Amino acid sequence: MNKPDAEPNGMSRRKFLGAGATAAGVSLAPGISLINVAEAKPLADTVTSDKRWGMLIDTNKCAKGCSACVEACNTENGLNTGDELNSRPEQKAQWIRKVDLRDKLTGHEVSLPLMCQHCENPPCVDVCPTGASFKREDGVVLVDKHICIGCRYCMMACPYKARSFIHEELTNQVEVTPRGKGTVESCTLCVHRIDEDTNNQRDPACAEACLKEGHKAMIFGDLNDSSSELSRELKKHSTKAIREDLGLNPGIRYRGI
Amino acid sequence: MKKVNYLEIEGKSSGFLLLLGVLGAIILAGLGGMYYMEHNGHYVTGMDNQIVWGMPHVFAVFLIVAASGALNVASIGTVFGKAMYKPLGRLSALLALALLAGGLMVLVLDLGRPDRLVVAMTYYNFKSIFAWNIILYNGFFAVVIVYIWMMMQASMNKYYKAAGFFAFFWRLILTTGTGSIFGFLVARPGYDAAIMAPMFIIMSFAFGLAIFLLVLMLGYRWAERPLGDDMVRKLKNLLGVFVGAVMYFVLAFHLTNLYATEHHGVEKFILAGESEHTTIFWVVQILLGSIAPLAILYTKLGASRLWIGIASLLVIVGGLAQMYVIIIGGQAFPLEMFPGMEVVNSSFADGNSYHQYTPSMAETLLGLSGIAAAMLIVTLGAKVLRFMPDSLADKDVNPHHKG
Repeated sequence: MNKPDAEPNGMSRRKFLGAGATAAGVSLAPGISLINVAEAKPLADTVTSDKRWGMLIDTNKCAKGCSACVEACNTENGLNTGDELNSRPEQKAQWIRKVDLRDKLTGHEVSLPLMCQHCENPPCVDVCPTGASFKREDGVVLVDKHICIGCRYCMMACPYKARSFIHEELTNQVEVTPRGKGTVESCTLCVHRIDEDTNNQRDPACAEACLKEGHKAMIFGDLNDSSSELSRELKKHSTKAIREDLGLNPGIRYRGI
Repeated sequence: MKKVNYLEIEGKSSGFLLLLGVLGAIILAGLGGMYYMEHNGHYVTGMDNQIVWGMPHVFAVFLIVAASGALNVASIGTVFGKAMYKPLGRLSALLALALLAGGLMVLVLDLGRPDRLVVAMTYYNFKSIFAWNIILYNGFFAVVIVYIWMMMQASMNKYYKAAGFFAFFWRLILTTGTGSIFGFLVARPGYDAAIMAPMFIIMSFAFGLAIFLLVLMLGYRWAERPLGDDMVRKLKNLLGVFVGAVMYFVLAFHLTNLYATEHHGVEKFILAGESEHTTIFWVVQILLGSIAPLAILYTKLGASRLWIGIASLLVIVGGLAQMYVIIIGGQAFPLEMFPGMEVVNSSFADGNSYHQYTPSMAETLLGLSGIAAAMLIVTLGAKVLRFMPDSLADKDVNPHHKG
């Protein structure tokens, strides 16, 4: 599966389009052209279980009152860009949110971002009647918007309340994140960034924004790659998963809770 | 005891037309509500990202549960061989079909994308209890239609016992599936209990029989056909047993939860909280929906058909209240993600206070239209086919009748 369509003349569609675009591309000046060919990673080696994407969130570094990750997510995915005009605050989509907690006994306070935890055994995938909720081989949990019927059973099943239902017609959508009224959605780990070819791969918008703010409270990476910064940090420190008792083995881990 | 003669209802009186008119009007209002919800999106409802299942689910699950229970009367005749119940079998099966159709109508029309129903029928994730239920519901229609056919066609009567057994087991599995929708929700403290499945089965017995009794008494009164006191007495006593059994399950459910410290939060919220769920639980579900009907059915009042009707109605209202507390109350209690911590601040309504829900008119109308649709199907069904015996007088149907 996942093989690129074979072309009768032996030329892949991508190459064909590339050649065509090059021929037709209008060069305005050296280095500036009107048409650029998207160099996506070849489909054949896109998603395998060789990788498992995950994240470490260090609540010691996460600043109370900072919501750079939330804003970055909203901008990246076109959430709350003025198109959910009618929905009440409790109805608006939020893929990542900041939560401030206080230990009832000690009074110790922590602040942390909370989003889809990309479980290894996701309850949302178990309960979805049509298979619209699915987990990719690389551990990213997504919703196929084409077959989501909007039953919201996944929202009932998610232990993290990580999913949002779209309560109205949306306009102003961003290209990388198609969304639709009457379907359910959640954090994609910015899968469109991960799926870029190796040279262009970028961290999810939230982690990138956190780094830019100088906090570096979110480290994204491949849990299966022992040399990744994520794996090294996880090995060094004691970390926890939220609702560890459920045995879901989430890809998102926390320090300091 | 004479041979049972089934007859269509005449259905020409002004009362019959009025009934059709009222039911039709409620259905139209419900469809209007549905159009309003689907056209605008769910923002016009009381539902949000915290309370994701609202009033339509309360009615839909109630009707689906009651559908399975309505078939109980037929099962008592077929599976348990009680001769007196056999003449009721056809009506019982018709009511079961109608209630299921009404419930599914509401459930489907509340989907975010009801236009994708065909997707739900063609894409199956077999680990999903919802997916099993789609098969169980569709199968229920097929099984019960065959059951009715075996009962109606003389030459097929020899298979009717087998069909009845099959339908009996099918509906037990069906209600197990419905209860498991909630029982399998491991993350929510209000659900996640194996007792949900058997509790839903016993709830189905009570709700289904209450609706059956009302339909039977009103149907025979309006059609001016005799209905014997023995028959009514047996059914109302049985209803009392079922109502008591539901109370037992509710008690066992809450007592088990109360023993475990981790569940004290949700138990306090439902049983002794400040939300409407506590009032609905104690006043509507327990007092009006359980204790009052028992008091009516097992005292002198139980001799009066009017009071039996009132008791049945109270069981239905109590059943809807029970569904409300289970479905809405279970979601209103916040998810416990950080034990020992309190949420000081969250932009997504995490926290220690419960989630509020105010159903919109459109949602409630859609829910009510499910009941109206079920009643319309029964009314029209009884008019076009022979579902109702021309007499249910004790001397005609009770083999042990004296006098």
